Amino acid sequence: MSRKVLIVDDSKLARMAVMRLLSELRSGWSTEEAANADQALASFKQSPPDFVLLDFNMPGKDGLALAEEFRSLNPAVSVAVISANHQVEVVNRARAAGAAFLPKPLTQKMLGDFLNAAHTSQVDN
Amino acid sequence: MEPLPSVVLSEFELDALTELVNLGVSSAAFSLREMVREEVVLSVPKVTIVTREEAIKNLGEREATKLVGVHQNFEGDINGRALLIFPETKSIELVRAVVGGNLSLEDIFELEQEALAETGNVLLNGCLGTIANQLGRSLRISLPEVVYGEGHEFFKVTSPSQTGDRVLFIYINFAVRKRDLQGYIAMLLDMPSLMVLKQLIVSFIERTTGSASV
Repeated sequence: MSRKVLIVDDSKLARMAVMRLLSELRSGWSTEEAANADQALASFKQSPPDFVLLDFNMPGKDGLALAEEFRSLNPAVSVAVISANHQVEVVNRARAAGAAFLPKPLTQKMLGDFLNAAHTSQVDN
Repeated sequence: MEPLPSVVLSEFELDALTELVNLGVSSAAFSLREMVREEVVLSVPKVTIVTREEAIKNLGEREATKLVGVHQNFEGDINGRALLIFPETKSIELVRAVVGGNLSLEDIFELEQEALAETGNVLLNGCLGTIANQLGRSLRISLPEVVYGEGHEFFKVTSPSQTGDRVLFIYINFAVRKRDLQGYIAMLLDMPSLMVLKQLIVSFIERTTGSASV
């Protein structure tokens, strides 16, 4: 079944890296990109995604605040915060916001594991 | 007028460089977090091309007080200097955070130089090592040196007559809020290094995205 993924990162390179892995893992899925929190929220409200992959360290609103907002808009959405900053406080805050934490640079295996686990949880619910 | 970074690097290459620095600094912040046992908050990296004078001025505007810095030079395909800089008044607090709170002030003073050098070494090596690995190049990194003083003390990278007066200046603010500690990590590259860096970034983009530079 085709699903929709929203990718949020202020870096175009980082978005392209995620898109590449995603196309290798789930070639039929549709994707939407956003370069900041405002774009991401507008996209989320206009066409709700099944999964959100978002950067932590962005200008303006950071990824953790955005993860909380997404989860309050739709508690069923699966969110992963992606960051090279894997300090325990950041990882714990991501989890407290109901998001998974994936370290950068992202690998195909890490993204695949997240998508499989999130998909199972969405089907179960 | 000095060229904007986008004249030397395309917008996308600048994006990739910022992302690369972000990876390096996040690795350094993780190491610092382990040393001080408190979260280290980072800003988004800023990349600019300025004259040495402007870099010094920029530093002076950020911090009105005297500064303490740990710097290490790096050499290889690219040459430059990495610095960990913070107000001199915070130096003792950083050392206290790293070595633990039970030491007397006298002991901390005695340990200050060594602790600052070691902290800088862990942070800057972590940062530069991550960047070098991502670029697929190795860098020779000098031993850390602790410097006290004003901005110009920190920016004597190479002779301006050899490399021109412009430098690539990268800086990232960091803060350990629970310790009221803040400072920044800065990197300076001379212009010939920037031309080599541009080629390395193009290869990095190709490896990361699986396609030629956009």
